[in-house]
Amino acid sequence: MLAVFKREFQSYFHSAIGFVFLSVFCFFSGLFFYLYCMASLNADLTPVFSAMFTISLMVIPLLTMKLLSEDKRQKTDQLLLTSPVSLFSLVLGKYLAALSVYGLAILINVLFGIVLSAFTSPEWMVIIGNLLGSFFMGAAFIAIGLFISSLTESQLIAAILTFAVSFVLILIDGVTAFFSSSVLDKIVEWLSFNNRYYPFTIGVIDYSAIVFFLSVAAIFVFLTIRVLDKKRWS
Amino acid sequence: MIEVKNLSKRYGKNYAVEDLSFSVKEGEILGFLGPNGAGKSTTMNMLTGYISATSGSASVAGIDVLENPIEAKKHIGYLPELPPLYLDMTVKDYLDFAYSLKKVSLPKRAHIKEICGLVKIEDVYNRLIGNLSKGYRQRVGVAQALLGNPDVLILDEPTVGLDPKQIIEIRNLIKHLGKNHTVILSSHILTEVQAVCERVVVINNGHIVADGTPDDLSTSMTADHKLIIRVAGPGDEVYKLLSKLPHLVEITRSGQKEPGVYEFSIETETGTDVRREIFSRLSDRNWPLMAMRTNDLTLEDVFLQLTGEKQMGGRR
Repeated sequence: MLAVFKREFQSYFHSAIGFVFLSVFCFFSGLFFYLYCMASLNADLTPVFSAMFTISLMVIPLLTMKLLSEDKRQKTDQLLLTSPVSLFSLVLGKYLAALSVYGLAILINVLFGIVLSAFTSPEWMVIIGNLLGSFFMGAAFIAIGLFISSLTESQLIAAILTFAVSFVLILIDGVTAFFSSSVLDKIVEWLSFNNRYYPFTIGVIDYSAIVFFLSVAAIFVFLTIRVLDKKRWS
Repeated sequence: MIEVKNLSKRYGKNYAVEDLSFSVKEGEILGFLGPNGAGKSTTMNMLTGYISATSGSASVAGIDVLENPIEAKKHIGYLPELPPLYLDMTVKDYLDFAYSLKKVSLPKRAHIKEICGLVKIEDVYNRLIGNLSKGYRQRVGVAQALLGNPDVLILDEPTVGLDPKQIIEIRNLIKHLGKNHTVILSSHILTEVQAVCERVVVINNGHIVADGTPDDLSTSMTADHKLIIRVAGPGDEVYKLLSKLPHLVEITRSGQKEPGVYEFSIETETGTDVRREIFSRLSDRNWPLMAMRTNDLTLEDVFLQLTGEKQMGGRR
């Protein structure tokens, strides 16, 4: 697993993808930090973090699109699948590599805290809460991207499908207004990543949300393994 | 070392490989011969655990590939048809990666260095695989298969796309490797299998159609009774003379190949040999025999013979 993890992590920085991901992420979070905090003389990071929910969902497909599709296209999956390694450790290695790059990106939050501490004492609980929230939310969404990547040979198709899921997750809260049924409301509310993520942005560590995100991650990692396994049997 | 029993692979309604059984002894170099689409790669992919079998069993070094894949894979080095290379890595990084992926326990630096020496890739060791030529990529692929010194090497068309010099190098390398490894090598080139392998399994449409040593195969396949000769002499008269040969089935003129030299192809009844007869008759007339060779069979001819014209007829 470690070998796969290491290779996958390095490959982000052999190609431009890792750098593009980090710079886009930092650019937008920096921009929002400037607009909401520096320019408006506000030490409250909550609006910055809320905005970063959208940014994360928009850039994570960049990380996950190639995870399994590229191996299939280049036939390197023949090396991976004929090595004495279980499917679980292959998939987990790739998953953790993407998650680590994402982890690097969200560390920028700490930088915001440090900048703010030059002027005032920032609410570190909000920053830590947001770090955790973004991390677990990302963990769930990266697993979804990984799963989509296992379905196709094309990075582009994987990226587009993952973007589509991003849009659904971003827009899903808006659609509740159109439903008259309260059952549908409940379901959408329950599925909404944003609802689960929101408490973290105000510094509340919501354990049920963490369990929810981790379950989503586990389910999609499991499904990815099933997809790879099924391909061998069909 | 390798046991394959009643192995089948079905895609939908079509069998890619059906009821295949063969075994390979330790230290043997087995050639897997067949036209494109015969089921060679499918069989190799099943042996290496890349895809599963629909039915039947395969075992390597006594370990069932389907029941205990992870243990079995430790004994196999596999070079697929397209070498599974990461183009964004250097040869060094790639081999390091494959080394840890395969959980090799031999001393790392010395082992990798030895393999690089064997397949002659030391001079590209620090270069990006994406920038290497096809020949070098193929060799990096072989190096990857050799990591961990596996008992069994499975090489899927290892010489495809290489230039003649590289082909000879890779063949020599395989022969060399055959001294310490059990090797299965697939190919659709008859001469290649003849040059390298001790035993040949011929496969067509997912079935084994022949199994034996290359000599067996070529004796049953060579056609002593089909000759091509060139004679310096008056074409029409030579033709008349040759037409009177005993046991003759067919004689055709291929025209003048050099000034005053005519080519004929002669087919006689199976099991007859008219070469001495031809020589003495021509020398009586003082017409020099410029060349005589048996009509070499192409792989296609071999398949026609092995599989019967009926089966192939539909495909041509």
